Amino acid sequence: MSELSDLYQEVILDHNRRPRNFRPIDDASRTQEGYNPLCGDRLTLYVKLDGRSIVDLSFQGSGCAISKASASLMTEALKGKTVEQARELFDRFHDMVTSSTDVAAPDLGKLSVLSGVREYPTRVKCASLAWHTLKAAVADGTDGPVSTE
Amino acid sequence: MLTTKNDTAFGHGVPTTGFAHEGTPGASATFDVQRIRADFPILREIVHGKPLVYLDSANTSQKPESVIRAMDDYYRHANANIHRATHLLSERATKLYEGTRANVARFINAPDAKSIVLTTGTTDGINLVAASYGRMVLKPGDEVLLSWLEHHSNIVPWQILCEQAGARLRVAPINDLGEIDIQAYEHLLSDRTRIVAISHVSNALGTINPVRHIVAKAHECGAVVLLDGAQAVPHLVVDVQALDCDFYVFSSHKMFGPTGAGVLYGRKSLLEAMPPYRGGGDMIASVTFEKTAYNQVPYKFEAGTPNIAGVVGMGAAIDYFGSFDRAAAQAHEDDVLAYATERVRAIPGTRIIGEAADKTGVLSFVLDHAHPHDVGTILDREGIAVRTGQHCAQPIMDRYGIAATVRASLAIYNTREDVDALITSLARVREVFG
Repeated sequence: MSELSDLYQEVILDHNRRPRNFRPIDDASRTQEGYNPLCGDRLTLYVKLDGRSIVDLSFQGSGCAISKASASLMTEALKGKTVEQARELFDRFHDMVTSSTDVAAPDLGKLSVLSGVREYPTRVKCASLAWHTLKAAVADGTDGPVSTE
Repeated sequence: MLTTKNDTAFGHGVPTTGFAHEGTPGASATFDVQRIRADFPILREIVHGKPLVYLDSANTSQKPESVIRAMDDYYRHANANIHRATHLLSERATKLYEGTRANVARFINAPDAKSIVLTTGTTDGINLVAASYGRMVLKPGDEVLLSWLEHHSNIVPWQILCEQAGARLRVAPINDLGEIDIQAYEHLLSDRTRIVAISHVSNALGTINPVRHIVAKAHECGAVVLLDGAQAVPHLVVDVQALDCDFYVFSSHKMFGPTGAGVLYGRKSLLEAMPPYRGGGDMIASVTFEKTAYNQVPYKFEAGTPNIAGVVGMGAAIDYFGSFDRAAAQAHEDDVLAYATERVRAIPGTRIIGEAADKTGVLSFVLDHAHPHDVGTILDREGIAVRTGQHCAQPIMDRYGIAATVRASLAIYNTREDVDALITSLARVREVFG
């Protein structure tokens, strides 16, 4: 059985208390709402693009520690990346939080602190809300809020 | 061969006792919670290496041995389709099924077993009334009146109905304590109000609504009233004739019975006037391709093979209520709720959501240092099951400007020790989140 401290690692608690890039971007290229109706987590993601490059990324909203820390860590990880790289990282992140606990979690650098979520199936949606919101934000021709349900 | 109390109660037009189970004669006036706990096998379960502390009965209740055994016995000794065959097993199944209908009628003091429609649950019952009665009576400009305390299942069917009928949905507000603003409710009633649909007890806050008054005022305006009793039936003795409501709906699974079974009580004259809800077998008297004649009530509303084992289990759950003193059980639950309220209130940074003067079974709260979802995960690892989130009652969360709450909800098997375990684990939350 995993320990609670595997889920609530210090990095996650820190990003929950002091979320990075927790601000609006006035001249955002894309703004996307994300909502988890099960627990009421709600966030707005702001993406500033230069061509295919993500030059700035931020979020605002309310949610549990896991969803807030995940959004915060994501904004740090994706700034400076291309849209294609972000999509590729989305897939790898998604694999990490949904992979079997029998195998070692893939190493995603700092994002690996969220691999503990694998042990808590009811919390996977919290960890992936920001990522689903990002995927919708950079998809072409989407509108309307994204929901994890 | 299986025997339950239902067997003796079987029969069409069976006489009812005329009053609800207000305790069984001979049952002890004192309430032995340890004896009750021994009836529920799951309470001996170990979760995450800790003894289970189950504080989520408003979500679904646990089931006593007698309910589990009744369903098992049904499948071993009586399984067959009801109302359809001449063989012995079908006779046994029909007897158990119809016996439960009569049992339900006594349980809520309905005047006639034929005013009891067996459904799949509260949601099914509300949808039936909205789709059948609602579509029959609602005209453009008419109004349906709810309260701010409703579960989504007592909002959305009416929204769908109002949209189809061109009618208007009105909502009676609540005060900061989580009580319906009765003056505002009365003000919202008018000759345009056709249906009032209100919870007897709020699932998110535990408020007991003054439903007798609500019904009386609605009737003065000529409206019919549906009461959502899902959260009331496990705690309160319900008498639909005393309440004078037109419809009363509830679920088996919140009152120690299985999921997938439930009850719609309807005033018989209304049920008779209402068109069928779903078409199929068993709800018909005769069928030709030109015309179908419908069966009488309540069978008109029971198309298809029902959840017979579930209904049998629900019957056993009703019998279980007869095995202890209802008033003593309620006093015990009130004591545990008052104790939990006092202990949680004493934790710094806690805000209790819903402090109605008249409450039962539910303690909803938020902590300033941790989100409810995180609290739920930490409590789970300590063996404590609570619900976190918006409890299918988003308007209430919006009313209090919060996204979610932690909800500890009680049943007769909970103890002060369960509350102590909750308080200890909330201290653990404080350790993690500081």
